[in-house]
Amino acid sequence: MDNMLTGKVISVNGPIVKALGLQGIRMFDIAEVGPDRLIGEVIRLIGDVTIIQVYEDTTGLMPGDWVISSCRPLSVLLGPGLIANIYDGIQRPLVGISKMCGHYIKKGVKLSPLDVDKKWEFKPLIKAGAEVKEGDLIGEIPESPLVMHKVLIPPGVSGRLATVAGPGEYTIEDELYTVENGAGTHWGKLAGYWPVRKPRPSRRNKKPFIPLITGQRVIDTFFPIARGGTATIPGGFGTGKTMTQHALAKWCNADIIVYIGCGERGNEMTDVLTDFPKLIDERNGRPLIERTVMIANTSNMPVPAREVSIYTGVTIAEYYRDMGYSVAVMADSTSRWAEALRELASRLGDMPAEEGFPPYLATRLAEFYERAGLVETLSGADGDISIIGAVSPPGGDFSEPVTQHTSRFVRCFWALDKILADARHYPSISWTDSYTEYLQDIEGWWKDLDDQWLSLRGQVMGILLEDNRLQQVVKLVGSDAMPPPQQFTLFVAEMIKNAFLQQNSFDPVDKYCSPEKQLKLLKAILDLYTKGGELLQGGTTVKEMAALDVVSEMVRLKSETPNNELERIDDYRTRLAQGLDSLKERKGEV
Amino acid sequence: MAAEIEYTNLSGISGPLIFVEGVKGVGFGEIVEIRDGSSEIRIGQTLEVDEDRAIVQVFEGTSGLSVKGTRVTFVGKSLEIPVHRDMLGRVFDGLGRPTDGAPQVITDNMMNVNGLPVNPWSREYPRDFIQTGISAIDGMNTLIRGQKLPIFSGSGMPHNLIAAQIARQARILSSEEEFTVIFAAMGVKFDMARFFIDSLEESGVLTHSAIFLSLADAPSIERLITPRVALTLAEYLAFEERMHVLVIMTDMTNYCESLRELSSSRGEIPSRKGYPGYLYSDLAAIYERAGRLKGVKGSITQVPILTMPSDDISHPVPDLTGYITEGQIVLERELFNKGIYPPIAGLPSLSRLMKDGIGEGRTRKDHAQNAAQLFASYAKVKRIRALAAIVGEEELSELDKIYLKFGTAFEEQFLSQGHDENRSILQTLDLGWQMLSLLPKEELYRVSMEEIQRYYIPQDERE
Repeated sequence: MDNMLTGKVISVNGPIVKALGLQGIRMFDIAEVGPDRLIGEVIRLIGDVTIIQVYEDTTGLMPGDWVISSCRPLSVLLGPGLIANIYDGIQRPLVGISKMCGHYIKKGVKLSPLDVDKKWEFKPLIKAGAEVKEGDLIGEIPESPLVMHKVLIPPGVSGRLATVAGPGEYTIEDELYTVENGAGTHWGKLAGYWPVRKPRPSRRNKKPFIPLITGQRVIDTFFPIARGGTATIPGGFGTGKTMTQHALAKWCNADIIVYIGCGERGNEMTDVLTDFPKLIDERNGRPLIERTVMIANTSNMPVPAREVSIYTGVTIAEYYRDMGYSVAVMADSTSRWAEALRELASRLGDMPAEEGFPPYLATRLAEFYERAGLVETLSGADGDISIIGAVSPPGGDFSEPVTQHTSRFVRCFWALDKILADARHYPSISWTDSYTEYLQDIEGWWKDLDDQWLSLRGQVMGILLEDNRLQQVVKLVGSDAMPPPQQFTLFVAEMIKNAFLQQNSFDPVDKYCSPEKQLKLLKAILDLYTKGGELLQGGTTVKEMAALDVVSEMVRLKSETPNNELERIDDYRTRLAQGLDSLKERKGEV
Repeated sequence: MAAEIEYTNLSGISGPLIFVEGVKGVGFGEIVEIRDGSSEIRIGQTLEVDEDRAIVQVFEGTSGLSVKGTRVTFVGKSLEIPVHRDMLGRVFDGLGRPTDGAPQVITDNMMNVNGLPVNPWSREYPRDFIQTGISAIDGMNTLIRGQKLPIFSGSGMPHNLIAAQIARQARILSSEEEFTVIFAAMGVKFDMARFFIDSLEESGVLTHSAIFLSLADAPSIERLITPRVALTLAEYLAFEERMHVLVIMTDMTNYCESLRELSSSRGEIPSRKGYPGYLYSDLAAIYERAGRLKGVKGSITQVPILTMPSDDISHPVPDLTGYITEGQIVLERELFNKGIYPPIAGLPSLSRLMKDGIGEGRTRKDHAQNAAQLFASYAKVKRIRALAAIVGEEELSELDKIYLKFGTAFEEQFLSQGHDENRSILQTLDLGWQMLSLLPKEELYRVSMEEIQRYYIPQDERE
């Protein structure tokens, strides 16, 4: 495996380098190019010529420079220490790089992705002599206060566990155990490499059935995603893609978050980096950073590393899935990844399909989203990966290739609406253009919480759809010219938008809304709809209802009711009923 | 380094590109000197190198060059410019050479114009509020030190007036530090550049400003280097000399057109509207040079200006810019025609860094809610105006009519201000409340009850 090949550069065109003389090199092997030993990956082999995409700036590289390769595929190092770390697209640790070479990323920097000196507290959970197979649990390491790192027999290894280290502190390079079989001995360490473009194996795929609770009302109630599901957030600039991704990364109830900043703004990554160590997860009282791995390949960093960053991220996600965790991957933005693909394809002279994108765009997208799912892992436990990919359609036009192809491979579509964003209605997820296919899958979970859930959701959705239809008429005649029942529908729909759909992610109370609170808010709104509808029949006007203090108070319910004081909403419902009744009495008196 | 060899065998010239044959030992991205018969030396850069051929882009254009008689030298390094504090108060061409008659600054400090990507870990999140004195910006689309906030304009609209007003008035509340201004002009007319220089001169800012001009009559390919040269000096001043630098770049649309020209003469596959597929990455390499670094005093704030062809915000240039920058200030033709200055559109404008730079201890506690309410109410005005256009104003409900009044007042009193009017942030916020007080209390659902009690002006107290 470790045969070194050497060759020579014959041409340089941006990140695409052609080399001669690397006989025997394989597709997707790593090659180091030039005197700075820039890292690249073999992406095409034509006769004697090897085409390499280089992950760093190639300025100064010239024909005649050396290329060397140890014939190993592009891999990530998986082991304890990934959590709370931040990497570039090819898993170079950004903290380490900043210590080594200051504020800028210099060329050719090489550093181990994991701290090789750090000692981890290992506790064995199996005795030597046992028969083991791939996925079997050897021991545990507390990686962060939130993550118990499980040391498993890697895929493809089985036999008799000849030795296993006792409890104690070990580095990632120490030998921890040995497995013997007919083929020889496997030396087990805490960390190991895995090729990024190859999905890690599992026993079988299962059907998702638990919702990924995000604390965002419009998602959880109207367009839920299941654990192990896929979703996309398409939206033009300024519609809040990144803010929605941040909110999900902060509050969704996955065990591990892998956040991939792919070709996006540097300051936004800094925002995550400064926020997450400070933000405390209500559910366990720990900082969010203790369950988060970050990949940052910002827009000004080399383009090919952007292409590989999403694979790096999802491979890390699979590693934690294999330990039986629920992992959520946020990729922001897959359009930048697709553009990287386009740029490289264009430099290779590939025939373009739609809008200059290469014809294999759809296949690559499908392969990526297919790495999500709920699986039975090799160890027999359940683990899942949910992938939420942002898409940045040019001009906000959803008919462009990346949005269109992505929507074929995901089952949740959270369309961001420019008009909502302009009115600062966030999250600006459109309730008319979005959809989810997970409703049936996760219905059971919600039913256990409240068997009316589906019907509540259906009623509120019905009002919103009716409102959408009525708005067409309102545009022509104005709401005052509408008959009272329709005015009332418009009024309640407006209430749903302001009191339920709109959610302030910077408000200390409103930023996370528990499923229980969502249910109660829905019920309060439907109280108004039902009771108000009755009053309307009795001759009460919408204006009279709107003038009630208790009615206008509903808008502030979401930000004034903490998740652990939900009885306040019950009180409110009583007061609402009384308030509305008082209108009826007044009518009676007249 | 090997002795410099002069090559004379060109195999072709196409647009800004020359093809040199038989070259050895030439690196990608290397600087090239091109001499024709005259004393003029042109500068270029290698775009592609093969075993015996190099493709070179010539920044000054290829006009007057011929296949025979052109001599080419490869310098062996990428484009560097000298950087020094003394460059403030000076005027340079688009490649960083002085044009004001005085000699080039002498210094050993040479910096590569392409810069290096900043490690995201090393960035400091921008939080310092910059008071521009313009209500539409300070109140609703706050500029933050280290932000990149472009102005999306259209032909004929007063983007230059606004940029000049920002350059003159920008202040940090907590301190009296002043900005150093770096102005980069790409493909704009001389009178526009003159206006800018005069405006900076009048307010006394010119002595600590540096100006880079690649005017409309300069070769278009030069514009590809101009913003990079300007930002290289900005990086030096901000992160070595620890200054706060405001970089104004106009017009980014011209920059992108030069890039398109180069791409098409290389025969690359175009994406939208003929622009190359890497336009996003190329623009990002410029815009991402704004920001702050951990533990370093000094910052780069960018205000790029671009004109949207036929006011179309979905055109690739504004579109890709908006995806990279931290918000945008959009100028609106309708407001402009109404005679409102600055015609900053209420709804599509946005500052992404606003949330962390405002509020208690920075501006005022109610700032965020005040802005959110103004946005939401103004959005409603727009809806009602659309309706009024159909049914007539007479048919509107009483509440809708109140909204229309609010809309007019908002545009004429809040948005509108003089070219030299410098409003403090507290004036802006109070003005915002004056506007909101035109609406009934029940309509203000983005602000808290406390804020209403404190700032809302009941009808009987209004004059």
